[in-house]
Amino acid sequence: MKRVALYFSIGILFGITMIKSEAASWFRIYEMFQFKSFHMYGIIGSAVTLGVLITQSIKRFKLRSFFGEPIEIPSKAKLVKAPLFGGIVFGLGWALTGACPGPIYVLIGAGYFPLLVVLVFAILGTYCYGVLKPRLPH
Amino acid sequence: MDLFSAPWPWYIGGPAIAVVLFLLLFAEKNFGMSSNLRTLCAMAGAGKKTAFFNYEWKNYRWNLVVALGAATGGFFAANYMSSDGVGAIHQDVVVQLNSMGVEGAGEDFMPNAFFSNDALSNPKTLALLALGGFLIGFGTRYAGGCTSGHAISGLSNLQLPSLIAVIGFFIGGLLMNHFILPYLL
Repeated sequence: MKRVALYFSIGILFGITMIKSEAASWFRIYEMFQFKSFHMYGIIGSAVTLGVLITQSIKRFKLRSFFGEPIEIPSKAKLVKAPLFGGIVFGLGWALTGACPGPIYVLIGAGYFPLLVVLVFAILGTYCYGVLKPRLPH
Repeated sequence: MDLFSAPWPWYIGGPAIAVVLFLLLFAEKNFGMSSNLRTLCAMAGAGKKTAFFNYEWKNYRWNLVVALGAATGGFFAANYMSSDGVGAIHQDVVVQLNSMGVEGAGEDFMPNAFFSNDALSNPKTLALLALGGFLIGFGTRYAGGCTSGHAISGLSNLQLPSLIAVIGFFIGGLLMNHFILPYLL
């Protein structure tokens, strides 16, 4: 139960961050792809810079979790076609709706209910990928 | 600077995302929101017919709790932490969007044309939202992650596939933004 409360709290922080930093804003995503503002690049760049420090510190110093266990960070499957083709498909949807999979939930919570349509079709898209997976190049 | 009611600059927003990554890693979890879509398919029973959804989805319920928290945080921030309005959008972008009939840049958080609840009664808007959602769901699972799983978690772990995915995100995003969206709006 304690852990569930922790995950929920982390989600709240994430949701607040997506709204307050405007990373969930369609206008900000549009502006980013127009290269007219540093804002989104600053967010992603600073998050990744600190993320590299955090992740590499965990690995190098074998840091332990809040619960005293070793922290395991899985590697991504060593593929080229799947991340490239899948990435392009996602990018098309990202620039169209302005939403990533995380902000979809955040925006629904914020009262932008048309994102429910995006969520339902995102689930459907994931389902179709699962069905077609054996036939797609990876 | 009032961090409670004013929009956050990038140098607050980016580090806040890194804190989310830090907390999830130290909670023995990984930051990646798109896998929830797969979990939802598996929960609905898609694993009976499709091998891709036949896995121990119950091990990933924690991430649905994060998503529920994200929605709660979104509700809280939008209703109680947004009294100072939104940040400025570059004037060129405002002018360009206005000329395409998309209003509200720099004034509203989202364009009302697509995201106000009236938009749900417009068939064209519904079709675009559905198309966008489908591309997001299909693409993120094909790529093996989204902005959180690849761009934040994966790049932080120096994963080459994540760099390839992020390049893909931008190829797709730039194509849509510059060459397709002007015809769709």
